[in-house]
Amino acid sequence: MYPLIVFLPLIAAVIAGTITLVGAMSTAKEAPHDAHGHHHHGASSADRVAQLVTVAGVVIAFIISIFAFVDVALGGNPVVIELFTWISSGNFDASWALRIDTLTCVMLIVVTGVSSMVHIYSIGYMSHDPDKPRFMAYLSLFTFAMLMLITADNLIQLFFGWEGVGLASYLLIGFWYSKPSASAAAIKAFLVNRVGDFGFALGIFAVYVLFDSVQFDVIFGDAEEVAGTTLMFLGYEFSALEITCFLLFIGAMGKSAQLGLHTWLPDAMEGPTPVSALIHAATMVTAGVFMVARLSPIFEYAETTLMIVTIVGASTAFFAATIGCVQNDIKRVIAYSTCSQLGYMFFACGVSAYSAGVFHLMTHGFFKALLFLGAGSVIHAMSDEQDMRKMGGIAKMVPLTFAVMLIGTLAITGVPGFAGYYSKDLILESAYAAHTGVGMYAFWAGILAALMTSFYSWRLIFLTFFGAPRADERTMAHVHESPAVMTGPLLFLTVGAVFAGWFAKDWFGGGNYEEMLSFWNGALFMAEGHQALEHAHHVPGWVKWAPFFAMITGLSLAIVMYKLVPTLPRTLANTFNGLYRFVLNKWYFDELYDKIFVKPAFALGYGFWKSGDGAIIDGCGPDGVAAVCRNIARRVSAIQSGFVYHYAFAMLIGIAALVSYTIWKMG
Amino acid sequence: MSDWPILSIVTFLPLVGAALLLLINGEEATVARNSRWVALWTSGFTFLVSLMLWVNFDATTADFQFVEQADWMPGLNISYHMGVDGISVLFVLLATFLTPICILSAWEAIQKRVKEYMIAFLVLETMMVGMFSALDGLLFYLFFEGVLIPMFIIIGVWGGQRRVYAAFKLFLYTLLGSVLMLVALLAMYFEAGTTDIPTLMEYGFDYNMQLWLWLAFFASFAVKVPMWPVHTWLPDAHVEAPTAGSVILAGVLLKMGGYGFLRFSLPMMPLASETFAPLVFTLSIVAIIYTSLVALAQQDMKKLIAYSSVAHMGIVTIGAFTFNQHGIEGSIFQMLSHGVVSGALFLCVGVVYDRIHTREIDAYGGLVHRMPGYALIFMFFTMASVGLPGTGGFIGEILTLLGAFEANTWVAFFAATGLILGAAYALYLYRRIVFGALTKENLKTILDMSPREWIIFAPLVIIVLWMGVYPVSFLDIMHVSVENLVNQVETAQAAAANAAQLAAN
Repeated sequence: MYPLIVFLPLIAAVIAGTITLVGAMSTAKEAPHDAHGHHHHGASSADRVAQLVTVAGVVIAFIISIFAFVDVALGGNPVVIELFTWISSGNFDASWALRIDTLTCVMLIVVTGVSSMVHIYSIGYMSHDPDKPRFMAYLSLFTFAMLMLITADNLIQLFFGWEGVGLASYLLIGFWYSKPSASAAAIKAFLVNRVGDFGFALGIFAVYVLFDSVQFDVIFGDAEEVAGTTLMFLGYEFSALEITCFLLFIGAMGKSAQLGLHTWLPDAMEGPTPVSALIHAATMVTAGVFMVARLSPIFEYAETTLMIVTIVGASTAFFAATIGCVQNDIKRVIAYSTCSQLGYMFFACGVSAYSAGVFHLMTHGFFKALLFLGAGSVIHAMSDEQDMRKMGGIAKMVPLTFAVMLIGTLAITGVPGFAGYYSKDLILESAYAAHTGVGMYAFWAGILAALMTSFYSWRLIFLTFFGAPRADERTMAHVHESPAVMTGPLLFLTVGAVFAGWFAKDWFGGGNYEEMLSFWNGALFMAEGHQALEHAHHVPGWVKWAPFFAMITGLSLAIVMYKLVPTLPRTLANTFNGLYRFVLNKWYFDELYDKIFVKPAFALGYGFWKSGDGAIIDGCGPDGVAAVCRNIARRVSAIQSGFVYHYAFAMLIGIAALVSYTIWKMG
Repeated sequence: MSDWPILSIVTFLPLVGAALLLLINGEEATVARNSRWVALWTSGFTFLVSLMLWVNFDATTADFQFVEQADWMPGLNISYHMGVDGISVLFVLLATFLTPICILSAWEAIQKRVKEYMIAFLVLETMMVGMFSALDGLLFYLFFEGVLIPMFIIIGVWGGQRRVYAAFKLFLYTLLGSVLMLVALLAMYFEAGTTDIPTLMEYGFDYNMQLWLWLAFFASFAVKVPMWPVHTWLPDAHVEAPTAGSVILAGVLLKMGGYGFLRFSLPMMPLASETFAPLVFTLSIVAIIYTSLVALAQQDMKKLIAYSSVAHMGIVTIGAFTFNQHGIEGSIFQMLSHGVVSGALFLCVGVVYDRIHTREIDAYGGLVHRMPGYALIFMFFTMASVGLPGTGGFIGEILTLLGAFEANTWVAFFAATGLILGAAYALYLYRRIVFGALTKENLKTILDMSPREWIIFAPLVIIVLWMGVYPVSFLDIMHVSVENLVNQVETAQAAAANAAQLAAN
């Protein structure tokens, strides 16, 4: 039955895709002179079928996933379902197989759960869009790829899912393909991810060279043995697992938008908002965290790489939060917030508190999807406005949206009792309890990020819902609460954002340590001496309270700046203009990359083409030779000698003559 | 049935079709119509017969199969010797598979001298199949060079404006390599007393001779692949060739070089191959990075895809010279999948070229609004070209890079940059052609793909997915032969190393 979880969304995607194609081709045929601009906005029966099929596919997958969770995670019955051989060459074997253990089950719940809600929500959100079946098909295609990723039993299938979600993400970011900015963002996302995949692929090769297999059980079984060996890479002798894990982590950085490879994520907001919720918040971007957690049996033997993971995660958490504080586009605020929260998950893994990282992945999946879909509801209400400077004062007009956004904010800022509180505090306590230099760095970066998280999240609430309306009258007159098909999923996610942390805390290490170990049943591995999670409960009282104070401080700052003294933000921005511009321009990463990668690539390409191929190779080669040949041919009159190559030459000249004659005759 | 000379039938059936075509006479339109059908039936039937090779192939042995041997020049010890093994049989199928597709793609695009065009294609098919099945050096040489004649004619007669320049350039490049290869073949003949390929594989030339032989063959194969810096004929040839010419050129002709390395250089000159492997790696890496960047700067669709072929073939040559099973199987697989995918991409160009008659990228944009079916197909093959897992492009790339990683991590490191650069130019091309608003007047009435065009693409889509999801069907066929090749090369290299050891002691 478990294969249905993965393949129902695929089948649904194929059906919806076929509907899309048939529909699009008939539209294109119908209106040769008015190809675009003419769209009927209501849902046709074909649209309805596509919506029904895709929603049914993923909802059924969700229901089976719940059964899987009960049986596998709670019942302790992990299974591997072999489908068939995929690649086989020499000793290199990779199968299509579904590995369903506790880690997979947790991911299954998050992925199919959020995906179901996003599918349903999209029926309402995309109701004015002419391309409904295409959107649903892409969403289901994405879900399939993500499910292949999390059920992979070997690194190659993981890579299949990894690239598959990349494709779906590319298609969905560029969904509105008439918009140049959307197409550009789609390509950027694909390319930046490919930079990560470059490292990932090399990491996979290293794993194969070390373990003679890419299959998880084999790798995990031999990890301890391989840990002591070395690997020559690019002329240096590295500790085998250090370099391997480092290369794999580059892949994780790309997919999860970590510092340096994060630039695609904010641009990905060009996609429709349900896409941002599903792919760029709850699921795909967490694939990097999932990968590190899945490979914990080898990462645990790579101390230095774990330090790098911690530093990168902590730095991202801090860096992205700073940018989130000054953005004006509601979706970009949440996008940077996602980037920052992913940083938390990584540094949790870096200090070996994998289950805390996965815990935050899970709770974040719910409250971030909620925030995004809530933001979508706001955008929907504001006639597609995304700039918070043109919002304000709509709390009473969209009460339900306001309420769920408020709950999402309580969850993300870590108000006690809400989901984010349990997972984020556990991460921060683990970082402190690691008792390492990088652990402390992560702890303090995390506390500061928590402060800023609280600030920008409340800033978003105040700017969007409170104060005097800043939108024009026409927009304000049009403000309306979203239909039930959109608010229903919001309510479902709200339940998750409120209760997921409290409900699941014992499984993820927030309670009894032994209970956590038995829940994971070996799906996550922590080496001897990596006791951050075990010691997380025994940190000093101030450490436990620190996130709370950070949250209160952030909230207070937001109240002061956006409720009490509304002129303060402008004054501050003017006073610290340099800093403000630096942060507002996202630390100038895009400009930097454009200067050192994008522009030079095009310039080099053009230079190679014109000077390399044109002037040098052709100049000295065929064009030059042709000129010389013409000269020689005039002088040489007879070629009669005993040498073989002269005959060969003559034969070729003969062929040439024949060809020339044919060309001349026929042309 | 099994004692029928299947290989000769597959090789010469197209020639019979060509002969039949010569007999067609009469009114121009009738001749054209009949020629098309005769050519299609001939090539289609040839493909069906060639499937016998697939069905009856024994994948458990590395020996040559379907062997035919007949006296040709007995005094000179040269015979008509044909046969295939796990390395060549799939190339034969690639050639017979793509030919009917090419003929179908030229159905409407070629309107002048249809009969001659079809004759050229059928002759070309004979040459290609013969080249991959020949087990005698001289026979191989004849087919290898013979391929070029119909190709020259196809480019020279039905090509674009600068067709004569392109054909001439192709000729000049090939000339150099051919002469050297012929000399090398004769040198081998004088040394070993035969041009029989299986015998030469066992012969064991001494090291110095291997070096010269290797270089001579390299000159010929490198041009065909093409490797940097002897690649500049390819963009011109592609740009000027008619669509079907490009398809065969990219699909099959480029594989002649890669196949040559595996059939001649590796088994006959294993020590020289080892010596020169760094050179091959270097040129291949330069090809991958250099031509990918050049592709990024192109304004002409066909040129862009042509340059991308050079980059993809760089992966192939790296794989061949890793001397390990993954690398070589990856290399063969990459050639097969590139054959199908790049062929399909040229067909994609052909679809819009037939409608708008320009290859300028800037002349397009927003085609998705009018051509959703085309947008889907083009996207599919773009992704296959990028090497997305699930398509054939992925398998060859991942196996080759794995083999490269085992051979030398530097090579794998630089070659893997192709993952990024390949995505850059492919997606950038797709975006400029298909996405965006539809603003250009002449595009507003453009029509989506016709049923004939769907029929052309359907088998290509199926095979690319098949290769991506269940590549085992193809890999199984090559395993034993590749293993044998790897052993052969390793044994020779180990023996030489031992000898050197002894000499040093």
